[in-house]
Amino acid sequence: MIRRDRDRTGGGPRIRPAPESFLSAEEIAAVSAGRRDFLRGSFLAAAAALTAGPAAAAENAGDDAILKLPPWSTSLGQPVAATPYGLPSKYETAMVRRQSPGLTQVAGSSVSFMPLQGMFGIITPSGLHFERHHQGWHDIDPSRHRLMVHGMSEDFVRKPKVYTLDDLMRLPSVSRLHFIECGANTGMEWGNVAVPTVQYTHGMVSCSEFTGVPLRTLLEDCGADLSKARFVLAEGADGSSMTRTIPIELVLSGEVMVAYGQNGEMLRPENGYPLRLVVPGVQGVSWVKWLRRIKVGDQPWATKDEAVHYIDLMPDGQHRQYTSIQEAKSVITSPSGGQILLDKGHYNVSGLAWSGRGKIKRVDVSFDGGINWVEATLQTPVLSKCLTRFNVGWDWDGRPAILQSRAQDETGYVQPGYRMLRAVRGTRSIYHNNAIQSWKVAMNGDVSNVQVL
Amino acid sequence: MSRFSERARIFAAAFALSAAAGVTAGFALDTYTGVGRPATPAELKAWDIDVRPDFAGLPKGSGSVAQGEAVWEQKCASCHGTFAESNKVFTPLVGGTTKEDVASGHAAALKRPDYPARTTFMKVATVSTLFDYIRRAMPWNAPKSLSNDEVYAVLAYLLNLAEIVPDDFVLDDRTIRDVQGLMPNRNGMTWSHALWPGTEFSGKPVAPDVQAAPCMKDCKKEVEIGSALPDYALASHGNLADQNRLVGPVRGQVTAASVKAEAGPASPAAIAETAGCLGCHAATTRLVGPSYVEVADKYKGQDVTAKLIAKVRAGGEGVWGSVAMPPQEEIKDEDLKKLLAWILAGAPNK
Repeated sequence: MIRRDRDRTGGGPRIRPAPESFLSAEEIAAVSAGRRDFLRGSFLAAAAALTAGPAAAAENAGDDAILKLPPWSTSLGQPVAATPYGLPSKYETAMVRRQSPGLTQVAGSSVSFMPLQGMFGIITPSGLHFERHHQGWHDIDPSRHRLMVHGMSEDFVRKPKVYTLDDLMRLPSVSRLHFIECGANTGMEWGNVAVPTVQYTHGMVSCSEFTGVPLRTLLEDCGADLSKARFVLAEGADGSSMTRTIPIELVLSGEVMVAYGQNGEMLRPENGYPLRLVVPGVQGVSWVKWLRRIKVGDQPWATKDEAVHYIDLMPDGQHRQYTSIQEAKSVITSPSGGQILLDKGHYNVSGLAWSGRGKIKRVDVSFDGGINWVEATLQTPVLSKCLTRFNVGWDWDGRPAILQSRAQDETGYVQPGYRMLRAVRGTRSIYHNNAIQSWKVAMNGDVSNVQVL
Repeated sequence: MSRFSERARIFAAAFALSAAAGVTAGFALDTYTGVGRPATPAELKAWDIDVRPDFAGLPKGSGSVAQGEAVWEQKCASCHGTFAESNKVFTPLVGGTTKEDVASGHAAALKRPDYPARTTFMKVATVSTLFDYIRRAMPWNAPKSLSNDEVYAVLAYLLNLAEIVPDDFVLDDRTIRDVQGLMPNRNGMTWSHALWPGTEFSGKPVAPDVQAAPCMKDCKKEVEIGSALPDYALASHGNLADQNRLVGPVRGQVTAASVKAEAGPASPAAIAETAGCLGCHAATTRLVGPSYVEVADKYKGQDVTAKLIAKVRAGGEGVWGSVAMPPQEEIKDEDLKKLLAWILAGAPNK
């Protein structure tokens, strides 16, 4: 039934290249449905193709994709602004956000995962940014949105103020690239392998350029006493009025931002339109969406999502509270779980690394389950608290392999393996699983999710 | 009590540290001419609703267990169950705590890997958290609609279900302070970890708890696989072939039949999902409310569309049991008609 059965059939790799340029749309669909015999039969010079592959076919007859001009080369194309807000190609339907069936019972308080398996570079297209809502999302009228900044008393903020979007967008702005990761990303895998692909193991991470005003600018404008301020509360305007205690250290450093822009346009409604907090390096729940209020105080608030959820259960039955930083983590996105390598030969093994404590310093990749490692190339830019793309070449010889990546950040922190992480944190937490991810490559080219201890 | 004084000590120490580090007082004000305006006292009162663990921000008010039970039955039980132990829509609120936990302040069941649930009362250390959250976010479909007295009452009922306060208890802005000393997991939190950016909780910098080394060669003798995805789980997330590109170095594995999304107007099932109906109803199984098949059977052959529209709009209880259905005001008329036609047809798949 399932392709995995081929694991047990033994023998060498049975994969043949799938030269789509030889095939019609129907034939491509058949290939993607796993019908490889059909693929073989459809080559122009079937015998030649079976023995020597498509190159021979091209020599004998030539490639129809070249010899027969396609419609897009022989007809008039669409005019400008045919789609006033552009859409991905109709061939890109595989790259969408998805839910993990059974993870939650109510879609209004749930998660959708970003399709990491098909993304390039470090920027997440805004429409593919992962979602995590606690009481559903709204599309808020920006002209009716307000941000209130105040303190526990006038000792903390002398002049409580209200800002409109008109106000905020007049202030000096900054644009910065940062990753955002849900504290529960990879949380389904604390105890054992649970999901098939990188979309579900690691898809609660995204990365955007955010534009807005440093929160410190607003606090100063309201006359906040920054020597008294110890904690800041951020509150959303949605039904849940999500509240989180924000670390003052990141506010004072200027990193925490009140953002309205995302990747050059306004925030998407699912990401907090028209205003959200950006708290670089800290888990996504603190990046309060639909931000309506900032309050300065001297004690933490123990809000529901820092006292009942987003707390880390340790083996001794105690919970760690106010765990916020996303520690260094990485994952190979191609090839990754649920995929098939098409043939032996060269691959560019590519993935993402990130750290809530600063820049990624290096990423190592193993092809033998962590016995030996090689250093991957970091693709520029390498920015603080931002996704970093890494690449390393690999010639697959058709034998079984286990691919892993291991990130180090500029503080010297090294991403741990499962054995080491569980020795300290146990297996029952939900949050902050940054263990090394392993992808097993079988002889038939199937890639699957395994945990190496 | 000792826990609170310890907390105060930690905050004081952290404050002293930061003052010594020379954080300058920022007293700039009105930096940008014409940008922003003062918040009025009425505006501050309207939005300043948070309640801290030391009860700063707590409004006056009171509510009894009995009053809370009445509110609960009407507005909360449909999702959380009559005894707040339902696991149908959300994780259970009550359960898993004991009299010993109330005495020790540690929910002992959290130490047990075999214990099946982690309820809210097993985890939450601070009673202020519950008051704050109920007031700002509940009920699920009508947040911020409860009066302060109703919030006190609902919380009193929950505390009674959790066997923390007696049946005749009245929770108010005074007695809630005593309740804090009875919370079953009030001593269950630790703050000395490296995952907070700053020293406010620990008083000093804390090193990360897991210290791996970047070994490069012959790092171990053999590879031990602790866990792999079982075959049956490979298909649990649909057809992976549809979740990968048709060009590039890889394809997705075929794990299930291909499902192509249908374009066009929202299906009745999608309407039900969007309106939140599926939190309590399913097509063939009884959740909090009756299954759609049960509804279809009950009204078979009758012209009840107008009656059911009114019922869905107004909400209510009594037909299928005491758990009330919340009123649905948002859903559009045409969508509601389409939804009811589908339900009365037995909620078919197609």
